[in-house]
Amino acid sequence: MADIAKTRSQDERSRTLGNRISTFLYRRPTLVLLLLLGLPLLWLLSVYLGSLSTLIIQSFFWLDSFTGQVIQTLTLANYIELTHPANIDIFVRTILMAAAVTVACVVLAYPLAYYMARHASDRMKGALYVLVLLPLWSSYLVRVYAWRLILAKEGITSWIFGSLNLDWLMDGLLKIPVIGGPSLSVSFLGMWLVFVYVWLPYMILPIEASLERVPGSLLEASADLGGRPSTTFRRVTFPLALPGVVAGSIFTFSLTLGDFVVPYSLGNSSFFIGQAVLSLQGTAWNIPLAAAFTVIPMIVMAVYLMGAKRMGAFDAL
Amino acid sequence: MTTHPSAPSLPSVEAGLGGAVGATPAIRFRFVSRHFGEVHAVDGVDLDILDREFFTMLGPSGSGKTTCLRLIAGFEIPDQGSIELFGMDVSSLPPYERDVNTVFQDYALFPHMTVAENVGYGLMIRKVPKSDRKPRVDEMLELVRLPGLGERKPSELSGGQRQRVALARALVLQPRVLLLDEPLGALDLKLRQEMQIELKGLQQQVGITFVYVTHDQEEALAMSDRIAIFNHGKVEQVGTPATLYENPATPFVAGFVGVSNILQGEWARRITGDEIPVTVRPEKITMVSASETTVGPDRCAVEGRVRDVVYLGMYTRYLVELDATTDLTVVQQNLNTRSMDVLAARGQQVMLTWDRSHNRPLTG
Repeated sequence: MADIAKTRSQDERSRTLGNRISTFLYRRPTLVLLLLLGLPLLWLLSVYLGSLSTLIIQSFFWLDSFTGQVIQTLTLANYIELTHPANIDIFVRTILMAAAVTVACVVLAYPLAYYMARHASDRMKGALYVLVLLPLWSSYLVRVYAWRLILAKEGITSWIFGSLNLDWLMDGLLKIPVIGGPSLSVSFLGMWLVFVYVWLPYMILPIEASLERVPGSLLEASADLGGRPSTTFRRVTFPLALPGVVAGSIFTFSLTLGDFVVPYSLGNSSFFIGQAVLSLQGTAWNIPLAAAFTVIPMIVMAVYLMGAKRMGAFDAL
Repeated sequence: MTTHPSAPSLPSVEAGLGGAVGATPAIRFRFVSRHFGEVHAVDGVDLDILDREFFTMLGPSGSGKTTCLRLIAGFEIPDQGSIELFGMDVSSLPPYERDVNTVFQDYALFPHMTVAENVGYGLMIRKVPKSDRKPRVDEMLELVRLPGLGERKPSELSGGQRQRVALARALVLQPRVLLLDEPLGALDLKLRQEMQIELKGLQQQVGITFVYVTHDQEEALAMSDRIAIFNHGKVEQVGTPATLYENPATPFVAGFVGVSNILQGEWARRITGDEIPVTVRPEKITMVSASETTVGPDRCAVEGRVRDVVYLGMYTRYLVELDATTDLTVVQQNLNTRSMDVLAARGQQVMLTWDRSHNRPLTG
């Protein structure tokens, strides 16, 4: 009886302030949504979209090369400047590198992601997650410089090739025009290797997540209807993993498009987009042209995403 | 299901059931075992499934029935024993080389394909030209009564419709055996009952072997030509629905198919004279008030107290307590009684009588 007496009556309970606020909010879901989204929305609108629009507007201003002043009248001069053959070279070089890095990442990431999603035990999966993410815990700058040493002429890669009597292979690779060079640490080939290394985790994780969402019964159904493993991969598994592959390739592609550290550390004298932007706004102080340079990767990504959508990459979402 | 005007003419429709009896069984399990670590999912199953019969594997979850189905489909390989399909050992063949098709529990429709692409998937793999595929897909969609839905995506269909697409997709390849893994589990009761009738009709129409897995005894009784009762990876009994219901071989079968009223020990001796446990079905028992004691020699009689009454509209289920450890379930049709009357029976002393011929000794 004492227990019953202790329970507060309905009236009493609804009178406490906390409960009244809870009830007030419970009846007004739109208000709650607004309160929850207010801060992130403010951030997104001011910081993100704000800087993005400033960037785009800047790209239409121009630099008076006599005074060094940015003249705030609209012009297409920067974009015309981008069509200069030297600049076109930079775009083509960067986009080709980003594409090559993305393709390599897909090829390397898919089997591992498939193993993690379909076959690995829970323990194994956890261990692989940690191993995939572990490199991201250390500074990317440090890792890139480490690779520069690994790939240098006197570095461990040359040594391994040498001790396996495979010098001829290394020399052959480095003699390939354009992608070769005096050593791996100053060649597009070496740059490509390092890009693949630094961005690979960003490809593994989305593919793994998308493969995990594919029910095993779909693969069994395909086999049941006569599909050999290769057919099942082509018709069922890969199409359903495509959203993950596209998500991963957005990371690897756009990160490569904008990066300046790897080309700076491992490249030769030819510029990539990131380096061009850096030197334009740092050395030359030509912010408008630098802004125009950054707009190009955005357009490339937009075109890529539209293409992916048209190919049906997002149909299974 | 009545014969559809544009029903596809599958090759084996004409020869009805019965013709197959005595011929090579469609599926033969020979002492098949499948272990997962310490778990004996399937433990020495020896089973013949006849051509063109509707065969159900019935059992509680974890009894090995689904693993048996997966062994037929080829998703599992037996650790011991062999599986024959129309006399051919298929034990080690991968699924894509077996002439059976499966309707999955979750339907397993390809979400990135339309309904027509789903149904045509097997035909596409067999390199049937596009122009020949379309009429066969349309024919199948008509067979499962989904004409004109070919362009939809599976996500736009209801559960019942997805179920039919899964059926069409499996049947379009004209397999000799169709495997169904609890296909009605996700549907509501009404739809499930409709689909039971439809599935049975479909099986007779296309004239192939259906192997059906379920844990629902009512579903099994409603559709099957024969049923195998599974328990702990073993087959307890195989028989027609009537045999299993009327002559259960083991206490497990008696309990799993229908409600079991098992009388053992002292109660068995009092009724039959020896101590072999007997079972009697609830609907065979007549309940009268304890004062009416004239019972003929061909009838059994026990006294008890009504412990619980469940009014179920068409009939009422009584739980009658004979002693602390023995209950009998009694089902009485509500012919002349009203809910008020039957509910008033709770707590009353009653006499239960039934014909001696309804006693079934359990030897297993």
